[in-house]
This record gives sequence, C-alpha cells and structure tokens, in this order.
Amino acid sequence: MRGLVAFALLFLVSCAGEDTLTPTFHAGENPEMLSAWGQLQVGNGALTLSEGVTPYDLATPLFSDYALKLRTFWMPEGAATYAPAESFGFPVGTVITKTFYYPTTGGQWTGAVATGPARTVDSDVMALDGYRLIETRILVRRKHGWDALPYVWNDEQTDAQLKRTGAIKPMTLHRADGSREDFAYLVPNANQCAACHATNATTKAILPIGMKARHLNKRSTFAPAFEQLDYWVAAGLLEGDFDQDSPAPKNADWRDETAPVNARARAYLDINCSHCHNPDGAGDTSGLNLEPDATGPALGLCKQPIAAGGGSGGRPFDIVPGSPDQSITLFRLETNDPGAMMPELGRAVTHEEGVALIAEWIAALDGACG
Amino acid sequence: MRLLLLLAGVIALVACGEKTAKTQAPADTSYQETLMTQLLDAKPGDVIEIPAGIFAFDRSLSLNVDGVTIRGRGMDQSVLSFKGQVAGAEGLLVTASDFTIEDLAIEDTKGDALKITEGENIIIRRVRTEWTGGPKTSNGAYGIYPVQTKNVLMEENIAIAAADAGLYIGQSQNVVVRNNHAEYNVAGIEIENTFDADVYGNVATNNTGGILVFNMPNLKQPGARTRVFKNEVFENNTKNFGHEGTPVASIPAGSGIVVNSNDQVEIFDNDIRDNKTANVIVSSVFSTGYSEDSGSDDFDPYPEAIYIYDNRFEGGGNNPDGFDLQALKIATAGPMGRLPDLLWDGYVNQAKPDAGPVLCVQNGDIKIMNVDGPNSNKNPRIEPARDYDCALEKLPAVELTGPLAQ
Repeated sequence: MRGLVAFALLFLVSCAGEDTLTPTFHAGENPEMLSAWGQLQVGNGALTLSEGVTPYDLATPLFSDYALKLRTFWMPEGAATYAPAESFGFPVGTVITKTFYYPTTGGQWTGAVATGPARTVDSDVMALDGYRLIETRILVRRKHGWDALPYVWNDEQTDAQLKRTGAIKPMTLHRADGSREDFAYLVPNANQCAACHATNATTKAILPIGMKARHLNKRSTFAPAFEQLDYWVAAGLLEGDFDQDSPAPKNADWRDETAPVNARARAYLDINCSHCHNPDGAGDTSGLNLEPDATGPALGLCKQPIAAGGGSGGRPFDIVPGSPDQSITLFRLETNDPGAMMPELGRAVTHEEGVALIAEWIAALDGACG
Repeated sequence: MRLLLLLAGVIALVACGEKTAKTQAPADTSYQETLMTQLLDAKPGDVIEIPAGIFAFDRSLSLNVDGVTIRGRGMDQSVLSFKGQVAGAEGLLVTASDFTIEDLAIEDTKGDALKITEGENIIIRRVRTEWTGGPKTSNGAYGIYPVQTKNVLMEENIAIAAADAGLYIGQSQNVVVRNNHAEYNVAGIEIENTFDADVYGNVATNNTGGILVFNMPNLKQPGARTRVFKNEVFENNTKNFGHEGTPVASIPAGSGIVVNSNDQVEIFDNDIRDNKTANVIVSSVFSTGYSEDSGSDDFDPYPEAIYIYDNRFEGGGNNPDGFDLQALKIATAGPMGRLPDLLWDGYVNQAKPDAGPVLCVQNGDIKIMNVDGPNSNKNPRIEPARDYDCALEKLPAVELTGPLAQ
C-alpha cells in the first residue's frame, strides 16, 4: 500500500515536467486564478510546490477554526532581510502563500471537517487524500508595498479563484471528542486581510505577520536537520546578523508541555492577538498590548475594559490573576458571538485547547485586583 | 459608599421591551456582494450610492480608501440590516480619512454599527444606527463610533438602543457633535479622552445617562476642553442595560449629564430635566468602580475646571437609582423630596492645591449634593451654588478645519 503511494508520488514528480508551473510575480494586475502565480498546483491527488518555493511554519501559529495551513514563500531574486523584532524585509516580487485545508470525514465533500495534525510535505509534495483545500491567501510584495489577495478553491479542487469579497463557507466541525458543531468559515475579503495585516493602524501598511524571527525560530519541519532560520541562511534565502552571540528571539510552541506555561501562553497571545493588540495596532484603542514584552495593565493585568461592550462578558478585568473565570480575556477567547469574540476575524469556533492553555496560565498568575 | 459604584450594585441586566413595531420587508441579500465590491474598488473621490431598500448582510463591511463618500437615500430609505450577521465585529469599519457617510441606516449589528478609526476629516450625517429590538444587553456596544480621529463632524444622526453609547467619540481631536438624537442607549452621547469637542443642539432622552464626558486610564491620550450647550437632556431614566464591567455599567439610571475625570468642561444653556438620579453629575474615576491599580501612573483621575452656568433645570433627582442614593435622598430631602440638580463626588486633588477650582457653578440658586466620597461618604451634604461661585475662562468654539471648515 505504502509502496503504491510512493510510486504514485514518483509518477507525479517524474511526469510533472511539461505541466509544471513557474512561479510568477504579477507586479500590477491580480490574476483571476491562483495557478497564474505558479507557486503551487494540484493534480493526481497531491499538492506540489513549484521549484524555488519554500515551505515554512511557525513555532506557534494563529488559530483559524482548526484549519491546517501550508505556508510558502518565493522570491524571484535576492534574499529576505533579518530583523530581531519586526517582520523580515522582503524584496519586491516576493510571493507568500498560505493554503488553508482540513481533514475531511467522508468521501463526499459535505462541509464536514475534522481536526488533526498538518500533512507532511515530502520533496515538495503534499498528498491530499482525505483532505480538502479551502482557500489560499497570497501576500505579494509589490513596489508600493504588500497586497493581500484571497483565492477560494473550486469544487473540483483543481485551482482557486480570486474572491476579493471573501466568502462564508458553511462547515461542520467534528471534534476529537466526537462532538459536532456547525460553523461559518470566513474567507476574508481583501479589506479584512488588511484588518489584520496592517499591524500599524496609523501607517496602515500591510505586512506579513508570521515572518518574524520569534515565530520562525524553530527546528525546520521541512529540512529537519536544520534550524529553520539557519536553513534559510544556508540556502541564501535570508541575510542578517544573528548568531550565538546575538541569537534570534524565540517563541515557544504552544503545545510543548516541556516549556513553561508562561512562555506557551505568551506565544499564543502574541500570534493570535498582537497583530492588533500592539502599541500601534488597531487594538490600541483599548490600550491592551499582547506583544511578548508587555507587562502590567497594558498586558491586561487588572485592566478594566474601555470599549468592550458585550465583550466584557460581565467580568471586571482583562486578566484577574488566579481567576480565569473572572478574566475578560478568557471570555473573549471562549465566546463565538461575533460582537464579543476575539480575534474579531478568522475564528468562528472556540479553540478549546488554546483556551485551556490561557486558563492554565491565568490560574497560575500571582496577585489580585483591587 | 462610592457614588456610582453603589448604584452599580443594583443594576440588573434587564431589557426594557420598548419594541419598535416595524413590519420588515424580506431582506435582499444579493446586494452584499455589490456593496462589498464597491468598497474594495473604491478610489479617492468616489461616491458610493446606496439605493432605497432593506439590504441584508451576513458579515461586516470595511473601507480603507481615503476620500470616499457613502450616501444613501435617507435614514429610513436605505437600510443596511445585519440581523443575520455571522462574522465581523462591526457593521461598517472605516479606516480612512476624508470620509463622509450620510443618509442611511445601519441596523442590528452584532458589535458596533459604524466604527471609524484613525482618520481625519470625517463627516457622519443623518445616519441612523439602531437595534430594532429595543434596549438589550445583547445589543452591540456603539452606534456611531469614531475613535482616534481628527476633525470630525457628527450631525443630525439618530442612535437607538446601543448597549454602551449611541454616539461615542473616543481618543479624538477637534470634534463637533450637533443636532443628533440619542435615545434608549446606555449612554446617549459620550465624549471620551477627546480634546476640543463642541456638543450642542442634541436631544438625549430615555437613555440611562444622557451626555457623558469621560476620561479613562490606560489610553494614549487623556481628554479636555469639551463644551456641552444648547442640548435637551431629559428623562434619561432607562434602566442600565450595559454589560457589567464596562465603564458605562456604573452610570445610574436617571443621569442627565455626567463628567468623569475630565478637565475644562463647560456645561451651559442646556435644558436639563426630569433625570431621576441627578440632572448633572461630576465625579472622579474613584467613583466609577474603576480600580485604582488599573490606572496608569500618568492618569489624572480628578475632574478639574468644570464650569456649569445658565442651564435651565427642571425636576429630576426624585427617584435616584440604587438603594444608597435613595437612602441619601430620604435622609437629606425626605421621602417626597429630590436630590439637587448637581451631584459631585467631592474628590479634589490634594497634591495640586493650586490647580484652580474643580467646579464653578453660576446657575441661579441650584443646589449641589457633595456626597463626600473622599471620606467614605461620612458627611454628604447639600451646598448652595454660591459656595461654588466662580468664573472660568470660557473655551473658544471648536473650529472644524480643511474640508470641514464652514
């Protein structure tokens, strides 16, 4: 059986020659189909990355309704520039993709999806049997800056089409515990892309969120002999001065039970929240800052809400040390009410495992609110 | 016995059942894609016209292009209905400058109806935001919500049944809020952490609190210099249906105009009547239930230079919200009496003895109830206006600039 799969992959790779897509930078126009970008293609039951397209992942990723994500980037020439805290710099022409997909629960696609680990990518090929592609989001670095474009995969799963107005996809989540839950999966519209990726709400410049040292600084999933950033340097994809003397910052893997709960929780809040809740982000209207270096009321400790409305959940403070049930933060992560939930976009179901982590973290915090 | 806190204790989260009996035509969902595309493709200078009709949306709208006008056919003609909203925290989110929106309605959003952030030169005119089921805790927080904006005109809008504030302007500069109508919100009109606001010609009625001028801690800027004048602020007696924990949840039902921790606020030439707790309340953040360790070090919790003159008061104070204020009323005015027109929590910044008066009152013979907050309300007392007789330099009118200049 396994041999057959391997054979099939071999076949796919070997005969991909004529039909292989070429990564392409579109400097101005937004192609109607994802395939025009040439970053990846689907055929024979597998997704194949084009040559020069590098897959990557993050220590702790954004939660998106249990969707699995395949992230890639490609640069026509040049290399990314390392930065210790900010998003890495990328040359004009860079294309970053993020493909959202799910394990399905049956043969026929009915919108029923399951939870599970990401598919392995072997020699740039990811098998798709039992998986469903939902959307691929493109971030393209053009002369004027980054543009964000949502592509939605077609029913035949052969290509994805630009859908600038986004979409709602009715789905049913089958959780690991056997429970089922209908939800409305949101493909963001192009403005909503900017709502998260304009991490500085004053300049409104769109930036990649995950392409920061602290998120990327981990063992490579795709070249396991290397640290991910070291691999990029070795491959000529990244330039910058980080080394043993000035190491790159590193966020924890939120699932890593050998890491301190504090580090795991802060990594989780960082990637899920700080694109808005940073000192210059859209969430600065609340005064809440969930970047890794935030402390005190800015981090939410004994901080009363400003404009939360129903988002307070009737609780007094963002974080009440020792009392997750009294903490607004936990309420906002748990609720699925669009008017109260956090993040505001990109989540329709509760991330129970993430909520459990934040609850554990708050429960272990010392102090009291006066 | 903190003034507002003691009232907050009795706030039950009850909906008021003031239903606007409207017969809704079936909503038209096909328009969502059209408008969303127009918003995405908008170029500076564009006018996006919303036709007459009721249009249904299942997710929020957003605009991030400068220089766009969105214009409907009238606040009862062009209705954007978010009753079926499943995603997004607002009805319409605008992150752009030189923006005008007028003559339409936004109804039943899950969160805020219209939020505008980090823009300059904003006009919001004849827009109605409403939760059509009447006041309910489950309603969205804000009706019209410009935040971190500069040079803003809000006029002739109608805001109904927001679970926080109907018309709210936060962390902004140079603002005119005039001739609006705010009804059945927790806070009718709220000016928060904002510099230079003129609030005039508005009607605030049937809210929990009519017009609020607040400063909150932990934000980028405090606020000062608000003029509240020529407004009608009456019968703001709706039971507080705000969410516990939010600042407005501590507002007693029956509050006319409330100044909290803000500086240089002028309240004059208003008609203020029949607000059953008090027609005017001046307080510090200490009275809101806002914890002291929640504040940032540079936050000034004390109201300063609040100037109240030449208003017309009538009624009010006869049935204050909460057991302790009721007891206070009975003790000081008898069961048939009323609390004075002005309630003050009595906090003065002892570290700044030369800061000038907290409160100047030149408003005939109105009385002031000083609830003696700093001494745990040991000696609440009614004081005559002459004890507060002083004049402050009057604030200049706010002048809108650039494209909003008159």
